[in-house]
Amino acid sequence: MDLLYKIFLDPFVQMGAAPDLLLQTLWEGLVGGVLYALIALGFVLIFKASGVFNFAQGIMVVFAGLTLVGLFGVISGLGNVNEHVAAFAALGLTVGVMFVLAVGIERLVLRPLVNQPDIILFMATFGLTYVLIGVGELIFGGEPKVMITGELFLPRGSTDWEVFGGFVSFQHIDLAAAIIASLMVAGLAVFFSKTRIGRALRAVADSHKAALSVGISLEQIWVIVWFASGLVALVTGIMWAARSDVSFALQIIALRALPVLILGGFTSIPGAIVGGLIIGVGEKLGEFYWGPLLGGGIESWLAYFIALVFLLFRPQGLFGEKIIERV
Amino acid sequence: MRLKGLLIGAMLGAMAGTPALAPAALAQDGIYVPLFSYRTGPFAGSGIPIANGMSDYLNMLNARDGGIGGVRLIVEECETGYDTKKGVECYESTKSKKPVVTNPYSTGITLQLIPKAAVDKIPVLSMAYGLSASADGERFPWVFNPPATYWDGLSMIMKYIAGKEGGFDKLKGKTIGYIFFDGGYGREPIPLLEQFAKTYGFDTKLYPVPAAEMQNQSAQWLSVRRDRPNYMIMWGWGAMNPTAVREAARTNFPMDRFLGVWWSGGEDDARPAGEGAKGYLTLNFHGVGADYPAIQDIVKHVIGKNSQTPRDKVGENLYNRGVYNSVLIAEAIRTAQQITGKKLVTGEDVRRGLESLTITEARWKEIGLPGFAAPITNVSCTDHNGHHAAYMQQWDGQKWVKVSDWITPMKEQVRPLLEAAAKDYVEKNTGWPKRTEACDKRS
Repeated sequence: MDLLYKIFLDPFVQMGAAPDLLLQTLWEGLVGGVLYALIALGFVLIFKASGVFNFAQGIMVVFAGLTLVGLFGVISGLGNVNEHVAAFAALGLTVGVMFVLAVGIERLVLRPLVNQPDIILFMATFGLTYVLIGVGELIFGGEPKVMITGELFLPRGSTDWEVFGGFVSFQHIDLAAAIIASLMVAGLAVFFSKTRIGRALRAVADSHKAALSVGISLEQIWVIVWFASGLVALVTGIMWAARSDVSFALQIIALRALPVLILGGFTSIPGAIVGGLIIGVGEKLGEFYWGPLLGGGIESWLAYFIALVFLLFRPQGLFGEKIIERV
Repeated sequence: MRLKGLLIGAMLGAMAGTPALAPAALAQDGIYVPLFSYRTGPFAGSGIPIANGMSDYLNMLNARDGGIGGVRLIVEECETGYDTKKGVECYESTKSKKPVVTNPYSTGITLQLIPKAAVDKIPVLSMAYGLSASADGERFPWVFNPPATYWDGLSMIMKYIAGKEGGFDKLKGKTIGYIFFDGGYGREPIPLLEQFAKTYGFDTKLYPVPAAEMQNQSAQWLSVRRDRPNYMIMWGWGAMNPTAVREAARTNFPMDRFLGVWWSGGEDDARPAGEGAKGYLTLNFHGVGADYPAIQDIVKHVIGKNSQTPRDKVGENLYNRGVYNSVLIAEAIRTAQQITGKKLVTGEDVRRGLESLTITEARWKEIGLPGFAAPITNVSCTDHNGHHAAYMQQWDGQKWVKVSDWITPMKEQVRPLLEAAAKDYVEKNTGWPKRTEACDKRS
């Protein structure tokens, strides 16, 4: 009886007793969820265009973050360079590096494997992950780096909102992350739904052969989506690393996008966003209110549990397409 | 084409899973000392300075003195990535070269190597980490964990907290939170914490941080905000440490009530949180800084020549931790040479050397590290740890500052628990061999 109370009633009693903490938990979940959505978006873009599950998305987040910090260090070391100028120059150069990476991946990894089964392409992204880890460690070393934030005019500090006899603390960097991520998601959604390239991407997603037959360049589309995915990785890297550090441990967090994808569907941009938010909020509420019952630390598997429960009711995910194959 | 794709994938996968051995000569004319290190992966931030300190000190002995007792040390690193499986592979790949001691540098790897040590006759030195119970030399003759166990560390933290509160009796009714890496390392002190809670009447709150959540601790710190513990104790490692310090600052947790074990006290653990980290406390058992003659010798003989250490990182806390580790290795080898009269000592000899390890205050001075650490005087055949003292250091925003005297562990509380745990370990591992090794130094 006591256990049932602890599972079904006590958490809600706690929510009512300290609504400020509930709001804080929801906010932290939303911020985490937005960042999960960004990571998931990187996966979705590439999956839509090529049917490839890009295992390297996580390391791309780390690689982009390390490149930015590394280039900032190099430019700052050149002499009397204003820190903001150096930061934005590094940002521009990092965008360039992500473009070169996209072209390189298309030329050296994807193009030679055209028309191969998806599992081969997946294996190739697995290999790409370890190449990027190795190259990243070779160039930047294994030590964690502090992300540049003030230099990029990203806000610091926090604002406390006094409410329900308590307070909810909003870190300015989290607010910035939520706004920037939302803008980025909206921008990408418009780009891929309203522009010619976006329509081409959707055509490629439907059928490579049909897209080729109407003159759409697969190579060009792949470069664009890998570049877009690289940009998403860069923004994710900046925002997540601003909350901790840029380190190779960050790539593990990218795997948290898997339940988001299970939930939202591998081909749906709205699915990535809504799925990210549900997972982000769900895992924080779960860890905070139900975690102590199970000894804590349940966050890492709870996300998968939530996704699997959803799958029981919607096997195609929240926004995924229901595929019926008749035999 | 399909085969080619699979082969490339398989090759890259295989590369990722193979431990990397740094090149070194075969152990024929020297004393072979493998160092398990992790310069890559999620824990590299903590692993790199320690690996640098360990290698640099031993390489300095080679460059300055021609080794130990006239015999060169063959120092070889094996990259584990802090991965237990790779650590065991490192052990297996170095075993045939007759190492005189193994340094796993991971509690997970140590736990795997403990049963192998007696069989292969290679002592395991798990310096201030590993299985606390392995301090029982009667049951674990091949495992050593000086200068202090995790349980000693916890007891020293509790003593410090009790000192702040005005005595252990003042802990009654208080709440002490424990945030820890959710693995063998972080779980190690929990039985003692629960024992202390029962004895002194305080409440405990546990906040595990799974490896995948090291950089995503907001839920744990929200729980801290809800539970309002009077003190927070941390057993963190790698990326977990700086994230926890940042989150504590974000939560406005009073940093002078946030205390870490000695593995949570790197400069890069506190520095990224900026001003917010001011006041954060951690245990330490050796000095910080480069103003020691031996460390200056490292700068003179090794840095920029046979080292991966940037000059400005010499003397940082975890770098000096690596130096301390290598001092224990070097002194054990030297002691083994003295006991056996041999120059080219073996693992069996160094086990005896470790069991007779003594580093007095005068000896610390003699080796160029005056006042660097508390004397090592209590290691013996029965006690493979010694339960030596540590001190509390505090982050002042720029550097670590010593803020306490040497704190001795509560050996009278720790030792019986430790022996019970050792007995339990032996009982659970049927057929555990009885000690047959002779003793050079009775306690």
